[in-house]
Parts: sequence; structure tokens; C-alpha cells
Amino acid sequence: MNAEASMNNVILQVDHLSMKFGGLVAIGDLSFQAKRGEITALIGPNGAGKTTVFNCITGFYKPTEGMITLNKRDGSTYLLERLPNHEIPARANVARTFQNIRLFSGMTLLENLLVAQHNKLMKASGYTFLGLFGFPSYRQASAESIELARHWLEKADLVDRADDPAGDLPYGAQRRLEIARAMCTGPELLCLDEPAAGLNPKESAALNDLLMDIKNNTGTSILLIEHDMSVVMQISDHVVVLEYGRKISDGNPQSVRTDPRVIAAYLGVDDEEVETVLTEVGDEDVIEQLDTGPDSAHGPGNSASMMAGPVSDSVEHADEGERVTVSKGASKAAQVDARAASIGSKPQSAAKPAAKSSAAKASPKKPAPKASAAKAGSASKGKETAAKPTAGKPGGRK
Amino acid sequence: MAATVSSERDTVATPVQRAFREAFYAGAISLGLFVLFIGLRTDQNISNELILVQRWLLLAIVVIAVTVGRFLYVAYAVPAMERSKAEKGAAPAVVAQPGFIKQNFNRIGLVILLLYPVAMVLLFGFQGSLKWVDNFGIQILIYVMLAWGLNIVVGLAGLLDLGYVAFYAVGAYAYALLGTHFGLSFWILLPAAGCMAAFWGVMLGFPVLRLRGDYLAIVTLAFGEIIRLVLINWREVTNGSAGISGIPKVSFFGLMSFNVSDPNYIAKVLHIAQSGAYYKIFLYYLALALCLLTAFVTIRLRRLPVGRAWEALREDEIACRSLGINTTTTKLTAFATGAMFGGFAGSFFAARQGFVSPESFVFLESAIILAIVVLGGMGSLGGIAVAALVMIGGTEILRELDFLKAVFGPDFTPELYRMLLFGMAMVIVMLWKPRGFVGSREPTAFLKERRAVSASFTKEGHG
Repeated sequence: MNAEASMNNVILQVDHLSMKFGGLVAIGDLSFQAKRGEITALIGPNGAGKTTVFNCITGFYKPTEGMITLNKRDGSTYLLERLPNHEIPARANVARTFQNIRLFSGMTLLENLLVAQHNKLMKASGYTFLGLFGFPSYRQASAESIELARHWLEKADLVDRADDPAGDLPYGAQRRLEIARAMCTGPELLCLDEPAAGLNPKESAALNDLLMDIKNNTGTSILLIEHDMSVVMQISDHVVVLEYGRKISDGNPQSVRTDPRVIAAYLGVDDEEVETVLTEVGDEDVIEQLDTGPDSAHGPGNSASMMAGPVSDSVEHADEGERVTVSKGASKAAQVDARAASIGSKPQSAAKPAAKSSAAKASPKKPAPKASAAKAGSASKGKETAAKPTAGKPGGRK
Repeated sequence: MAATVSSERDTVATPVQRAFREAFYAGAISLGLFVLFIGLRTDQNISNELILVQRWLLLAIVVIAVTVGRFLYVAYAVPAMERSKAEKGAAPAVVAQPGFIKQNFNRIGLVILLLYPVAMVLLFGFQGSLKWVDNFGIQILIYVMLAWGLNIVVGLAGLLDLGYVAFYAVGAYAYALLGTHFGLSFWILLPAAGCMAAFWGVMLGFPVLRLRGDYLAIVTLAFGEIIRLVLINWREVTNGSAGISGIPKVSFFGLMSFNVSDPNYIAKVLHIAQSGAYYKIFLYYLALALCLLTAFVTIRLRRLPVGRAWEALREDEIACRSLGINTTTTKLTAFATGAMFGGFAGSFFAARQGFVSPESFVFLESAIILAIVVLGGMGSLGGIAVAALVMIGGTEILRELDFLKAVFGPDFTPELYRMLLFGMAMVIVMLWKPRGFVGSREPTAFLKERRAVSASFTKEGHG
């Protein structure tokens, strides 16, 4: 365990984060880490709760339970769940972008980037009073802020349009501008909510370049929600997979790509398998508290294949309390786990753990035998769900 | 309708041909419609019997008017409009150089404002100029100041405030009460009234921070009413609906006074003839100075981070929070700054009238100020000044239209139609320029060149 040594390298530590909306559990007991200077991707089917995680990190939601720790470069530590919304970017230096672009569309590109430097300029203008009388200190700060804005406009390849209204830009450029605006706040952690959504392959490639440039040249760590696998697999160093608010996988892109639970979550499992899994597992412990994301626009239904059961029963009221849970079999990852468990308990060696260990072999960091041992351990327990943090925690595997 | 169908069916016909046909249809339809409405009228004769009065001439006039009107519209007006549209469409390749007046609008406006009282005195003499300087000049300038103050809240920060007149009232009563009871000078009470109004702006701001849009508008409306009702009912302090009279006049920075009985009366000091016009002219320049102060502060604030934050707040509040802007203090500063200028205007108003009563601070005032801001184009100082000139000057000038009696007979009183014309003018302006007189937004900073931002991109804010 090199947890202590790596603490300095961890910029964001999410511990047992839960977010409930009334009875709806959007995120259930989620724990993961983002390392400094790395690009961490948060992926998962629609409605998995990725954006809710972002909203908790950036203070738009106050989490129901859990702790979100941010370690800044200078050694100071912030508990993000306790900071007011606007202080998270201001003091903890966490910037974010939005899934549906939120630019100041009536202001020019330059103005957008100047608004992002609000707190710095506010101080320089003596909280307006010095600036009102035109003190030179403010003029200098103002010129510096324009230079910073020009720097990021150049990075985002938008400098030619600096004096146009932001609402006039094409979609891809608006995405880049939003990233540039977030970078103008001088963040240590940049949270990007689907930056590649709606971009064509060329724009996606340009986005990759921009993000790699940010990572390599500014030391800003990036937390990324993305559906575009070409972006995720190419640039991210670490991938966390969510399904129904639970973490189902965590590791480097290679291992995640071959994780059967991830494949199941995205593609579903075969029809016959569902039946066997359900009959084999058949009890509530396996799939307790598996829940949908809060985002009704995306809904849980279209998360993956229809094979797991009818969409209509994916959200229903359970008997105890007002907790809303997803019906049995909704979580594809849990099915795979349960199936692996049932096979693992049988004498003959299972196909899935074998695949797992071979996947683990591909990644240099994890010795294969240990990984398979960990897998076997979790398999022998039988009832453990994939979403439980112990199963996927990197420390647990090492 | 036959006319529209036929115009879509064949576009090959020349406009005149089509006009003939459409005019014929229009005439036929109007004949069919009006033959019973206009051509025949039921009436009573002397022995209370129902009789039919035939009015064929009137019917013919109406039908002919419709026919000719349709003919002219289709044959000449439509092609002319299409031509001008096509010309406009072809033009933008050449960047139109704005005319001299447009380029130097602010400078010309300022010179006119500075020379206005002098011109009035030269034209009408001291006594004759009173009406023009006081009723028109000062009145309009007060509204310009109020509208510029409200512009900070509504136009920049996008917070819809229907109770702005409350701050006007706070300023006016602050000067009236402190001036009459403690005899403090206008020059001390002007900032005091501004601070008082700003304080109440913050007091209003706190509870409404969480409200947006319609809800915010309703609460601010209620706030305006609360202030007015307090002024009416708190008789011990405000003297109720009777109001406060005998409010001291403004002095010329304490050097000269405008009270005839004072030893340092301006006419005595300067050895000129007595006249009430001096005070009005002085007040005019004072109002102008206060207006310019408001404009200066607004322009400066827009280029400071706080002003940009206001505009960003109007565009997208959530994005503001994601950039570390404290939306609470930003909203409160907008309320406070707007209210402060309302307070300045209020204390000036009290000094000018010499009398305040709750009558002056009814909801209609809030509505007029808001209408000026919206008509002028939200966020634009020049547009708002023009709107104030049109709205306030327009309603005042409607009092002057006695010559209309010659047209409509001696029973016609143009004053009665003031508000009707006012409303019609507003509807027409909003149809013609839905974003107000000045629909574009001037950016606060630029890298290469300053280009106005079209209003189609800016948002009105959600409150």
C-alpha cells in the first residue's frame, strides 16, 4: 500500500459520496480518486449520475453523504462539500464547464474570459472603489487580464473572433471557448462535462490537443465526463465507470475497456444470461439500492440494451420507506458480477475471471495473480455487488 | 381571404394587374360586410317607431376607400417595400459609415442640453422660459436619471424591478424630513438620501435574492406599495397624504440663496433683477450634473469587474457561480447602486417641488420608468435618454396641442387623449423596434476593434 506516499499526488479524493433526491438515490456510496496532473475520465451510460457527481464536486448540489477532498498544490486542503458554491472556483480553484454550453452569449469572447477573472480583477480594482476613480493599479491588472484572455483565445484558436459575441460562434468553437473561460479562472482541477458532445471527428481531435496541452503545460488536472470513447481512450490516464450511481470499474483505459462489467453496462448481457443470472442471484442484497441518475431528460431506460428487462420497471417504489430503487436486473454490471460469482462458486474455472486476469495482465501496474486473486475473493463472497467500492478500489487490488 | 390566395397563386402578374384584381375583391368583400353595418341603420322616428335609415353615400365612400387603399397598397407600397428590402440585403457588403449625427450623438446631445436654458431664455424671456426649463427640461432630466438608475438593475443585471419608485420616495422623504426638521443643506442630504435609498435597496435585495423573473417582479411591486402605504399611514412622521411642504430650496453651494428674503439672495449678490427663473435654471444645470454623474458612474462600472459581473448575471447566473462570482453580493450591489441613483433623483425632486406627498410615488411612476428603460433599449444610456425625451416630453407636449381644437371643435380636449396616444406610441415603437431604440450592446473591452453586439444575442435576464 503506497497510499500515504501517493496522498500528495491525489488532487481530488471522493469518499463515500451519496446524493439522494427525495427517495431517488442518484449516487450511492461512490469513492474514487483523481491524481494530480492526470486526466481522469468519468464514464457511464446515460443517467448513471456522472453530472450529479460533477454538481456535487463543484458545489451546485450539496451531497447527502460523503466527503470530497481537494488537495491544492500549495498543500492546503479543502472539503468541497462544505464550501459555498461560488467559493469552490474562487478558493479551491476548481473550474467546470457544462453539458449544455453556458456562455454569456451576449458578451464578446474577450468579455467572457474577463468575467472568468472576476475575483482577481475585483481585488485589483479595490472592490470597485479604486477602479471607479481610475487608479493605475487597476489599469495594469486590467491589461494583464486581457493578455491572459488573449493567451487562452490563442490556445483555443479563437483569437480572430475575440470581439464577436459568444452566441455567434459555431458549436465546436463554443465548446472550446467554454474550456478557455474555465482556464482563465486559473484552476488546479478542471471539470469538463462532455466537452466532445456534438463535435465532429476533426473538432474532437482539436479538443484532444487542447486538453493534452492544458495537461502538459499548465499542470492543471482534468476530470472529464465523456461519451466519446475516442476522446476517453486517447487522452485519459485513469477511467472511472459509473452505472446507476455506483462505481462499476476503475482503472486505466485498457483495463476498463475489457472489463466485462463495463461491457455489460454499455452493451447489456445476452437474454438467456439475464434469466440465469436473475434466477441464480434472485435476492435483494445483490441489487439493493441500485438507482437511476437524477437526470430525467436522459432517463435510466436508454442506458443500455433493452435485454435487461422492460424499461417501465426500471424505477419503482420499494416497500420500505420512500426509497426508489431500480428493479432487479436493471444493472447490467451487477448481473455480470452475480454471474461470475455463481460460476466462480462452481468447480470448473470460469470464463469471466479468466478474461479479467488477462485484462489485468495487459496493465503493467497490476500483477496478474493478485488481480485474479482479488477477483476470486470477491467472487467467492458471491453476493458482493460490483458497485460496492471495495471491489473496484485500486488499493484493494494491489 | 381571396386577396392573399390570389397573390400566392400567380406571381407572374404585374403588380398593377394584381392590384386591380385584389382591389376588386377587397371592394366586393367590404361591400358585402358593410352593406348592413353602414348602409342601413335602425333608428326611431318621432313617434317612436323603428325605421331604417339608408346611408348609401357613406357606404360608397367606405367601399371606395377600401378598394383604393388595397389598390395603392398592392400596386405601390408592397413593391416599394420589397425594393428597399432587396437594397438593404445587397448593401451590407459596403460598411455603412454612420452619419455625422450618429457618430457624434453624445457630444451634440450634451451641447444641446447645456445651451437649452440659454436658448429658452433668449426665445421666451425669463418668465416665458420657466415652463420650458422646468416642465420640460427638469422633468425630463429627472426621468433620465431615474431610468439610468433603473437601467443598472434591469438593463445590466437583468433583475426586473417594478418597485423602483420606492427608492425615489425614500430619497425624496429623506431630504424632505431631514431638511425641514434639522435644516440640513441639500449638499449634505443629497449623499445621505442616496445612502438611505441604497440601504433600502439592500433591504429589498436580501429577501428577493432567491427569486427570479415574474416572482421577483411581484415582490418588488409589493415593496413599492409597502413604502407608499407606510408614507400614507405613518402620519406622525410623514404627515400622511397631506405630504410635507416647505422643503428648503437648494442653495448655490451655500454662497448664494434663491430665497428672495435672504440677504444673500442671488439677485442682490449679483445686482440683477429679481426673477424666479434663476432657481429653475440652476436646478436644470444641477439635474444635468446629476445625470452626467449617473452616466459617468454607469459607464465606469460597466468596464469594472462588478459591471461585467452584472451583465454576466443577466446572461447566465449558473455560469457566473461556476466562475467563482458571488452572485449574492453582485445582485445586492446592483440593487444598491440602482437604488442610490433613485435616491439622488428623489432628493432632487423634493428640492425642486418644495413639497412631497405619497401621490407622487404611485405604481404608475415605476411603470413609466421601466417603460423608458425598455423603450430605450435595455442597457443603453443614449437610447434611454431618447426614450425619456419622447415619453415625458411627448406627454407634456400633448398638453400644448390647443390647435387641435380648431380641427375637432371647441369641445375637444387633447389632455384627455394623452394617455391613449402615449399607449399607442409605445405599442408602435415596440412593434417597430422590439429591442428598444438602441438594440445593440456596446462591448466593455476589445482586442482589435469595438463592434456592437446585436441584441439578438443578449438576454433579458431571468430576474
